[in-house]
Amino acid sequence: MAFDYDKYIRPGKLPHIWCPGCGHGIVMKGLIRAIDTVGLDTKNTAIVSGIGCASRLPGYMDCCTLHTAHGRAAAFATGVKMAKPEMDVILVGGDGDGTAIGGNHFIHACRRNINMTYIILNNKIYGMTGGQFSPATPTGAKASTTPYGNPDPAFDIAKLAIGAGATFVARGTSFHANQIDKLIAEAIQHKGFSVVEILDDCPTTYGRRNKFKSVIEMMNHLKDIAVPVKAAEKMSPEQLEGKILTGVLFKEERPEYTSEYAKLIERAKAAK
Amino acid sequence: MEKKLPTIEIIEKYCKGCHICVEFCPTKVLEMQGFVAAVKNLDACIKCMQCELRCPDFAIKVTP
Amino acid sequence: MAKKVAFLQGNEAAAQGALYAGCKFFAGYPITPSTEVAEVMSAELPKIGGKFIQMEDEIGAMAAILGASLTGTKVLTSTSGPGLSLKQELIGYGCIAEIPAVIFNVMRGGPSTGMPTGPSQSDVMCAKWGTHGDHPAICLVPASVQETYEEMVRAFNLAEKYRTPVMVMPDEIVAHMRERIVFPEPGELEVINRTAPTVPPEQYKPYDTSFGDVPPLAAYGSGYKYHVTGLNKMQDGFPTTKAEIVQAEEERQVRKVEANKADIMKWEEYLVDDADIVVVAYGSTSRSARFAVNEARKNGLKAGLFRLQTFWPFPEERLLEISKKVKAFITPEMNLGMCNGVVKGCIEGNAPVLGIFRVDGEPINPGQIVDKMKEVK
Repeated sequence: MAFDYDKYIRPGKLPHIWCPGCGHGIVMKGLIRAIDTVGLDTKNTAIVSGIGCASRLPGYMDCCTLHTAHGRAAAFATGVKMAKPEMDVILVGGDGDGTAIGGNHFIHACRRNINMTYIILNNKIYGMTGGQFSPATPTGAKASTTPYGNPDPAFDIAKLAIGAGATFVARGTSFHANQIDKLIAEAIQHKGFSVVEILDDCPTTYGRRNKFKSVIEMMNHLKDIAVPVKAAEKMSPEQLEGKILTGVLFKEERPEYTSEYAKLIERAKAAK
Repeated sequence: MEKKLPTIEIIEKYCKGCHICVEFCPTKVLEMQGFVAAVKNLDACIKCMQCELRCPDFAIKVTP
Repeated sequence: MAKKVAFLQGNEAAAQGALYAGCKFFAGYPITPSTEVAEVMSAELPKIGGKFIQMEDEIGAMAAILGASLTGTKVLTSTSGPGLSLKQELIGYGCIAEIPAVIFNVMRGGPSTGMPTGPSQSDVMCAKWGTHGDHPAICLVPASVQETYEEMVRAFNLAEKYRTPVMVMPDEIVAHMRERIVFPEPGELEVINRTAPTVPPEQYKPYDTSFGDVPPLAAYGSGYKYHVTGLNKMQDGFPTTKAEIVQAEEERQVRKVEANKADIMKWEEYLVDDADIVVVAYGSTSRSARFAVNEARKNGLKAGLFRLQTFWPFPEERLLEISKKVKAFITPEMNLGMCNGVVKGCIEGNAPVLGIFRVDGEPINPGQIVDKMKEVK
């Protein structure tokens, strides 16, 4: 049988709002397969997002869904998870939402190591507002607000997450569709704050400004630059020039926030 | 033994015509018919599922 | 049995009132002069299995309480001027998504960093107009430590009953002064919990107006799966731009407070019945005003005090009624005329509204108010 995505999608909500060729739908399918693999109870699963194209994803999912304000997904989600740690909490959002306006909440969620999974759909652009450059836009790239090329250096979102203290960090691409669910499933099962960055395409507002003739060229580009971490170990720095590592980039065990808080409650009650 | 063919269902009202399934099918099973994807050569299908996995629009269902 | 009494600070009383009301979640960010609320909550909440979290910023604190509230938990944040400014976008989110929450804001000098340790009453307009868009506003302005405790309980009740953020705004003097407080017994004050849905999950809509202007709110994780957004939404919670739905929903969101003003508004009239001069005051300023009214009466001046306990909704109708038989109103306040303007706006020019405005970080003393009364012809 074909995989039954409909089981996890709210009736009547498709087709989605994303443009032709946008990879967000590919990531959403990966998320659904991951939820199915892990066996999450949708009644007990919150999917939280900010604002932007990627942040429209929760609306399609038949879960407890929370489409918050721009950049605030991690902070809202922290409230949900702290108040009800027995819920599974998944965050979804774009690169601008998560690392510009929401950057502070993002790094602190990483630092706390609260048991949630943050899926960042990195298409290197603010798509919903028409293609302004984001903190993930490569230097020199064209966006509606960088007509002479982007003067800013870009974040490496995965490195940012590792540096800030996330205990599981993975990266995939929308081209490598069959890997997405595996990365997300492993992230959900990891106890701690997990970040899955999916390099994604925005043919409408990024591709056409940056000499990609079609989404096919954009996906081929993702295919060309992606190097699995294992393969990269055998490659020279010269060979890795311009490449992006994919797979599980970082994983460690560290005390998880809500579990630690549960212990704090026990101490407070004992001291009463 | 006769080869069991898969079924490839294309939900036309979901398809946005992005060409991803057509371009990345390793055996060129699919083609564009107007604005939507369609099955051209089912016999060639190797059931790799990549068209379904990569369809951003939930428009392809492959039953191997 | 004698009731428990204590000598408490306004901020400490606020935290105790929140706990009485059933608050189980606090998120905040350190800010003078409201930090004691966070300190008390950090100590007390874990003892009862509640959660305290110090967030990375004021916005995060507001976000966290809204998220926590959706799990069916009573939530509180505390802040002061600059924090209130930062929280405004998400206060609007709480209004449109209709999420119960209490925001305790101690009024200090402003704008911007202003005078962090100086008292002020200059956030009262921010309580209503701070966030963009049309939205309901409830703002309580206690004048004593005891009242801060009791109004905190009422704030939680109003937030739960009307599914909306509620603000409690003492000035810095009320927040930091110490007074005797008599703790109410459990059960003595009414405690209201939000209405949970009675329909099965498959029929549930988070904004189902067939249940009235305040639809039942299901808790995340209780079997009900629904969508919450800051976009204009339909009854099922999903976004819409359909003109007639947006218009109706926006009007309902405001109406649920405006149509229930009588239940929400609270004020005290002291010697107002025969008064020629009515002082309209709130917070610590109302204490100076009461003293001034007593002084004036001793000197044969017919003065009265109209003490606001809620600033929003504002008791417009009652003040209009009073305006028909007084010579003048006086509005002493620690800002440059915020209440003054609101009073003028509701009394149809029936009487002059004289202001005493201080923004120098000093309280308004009774003598200033008595002097102003003498100006009334």
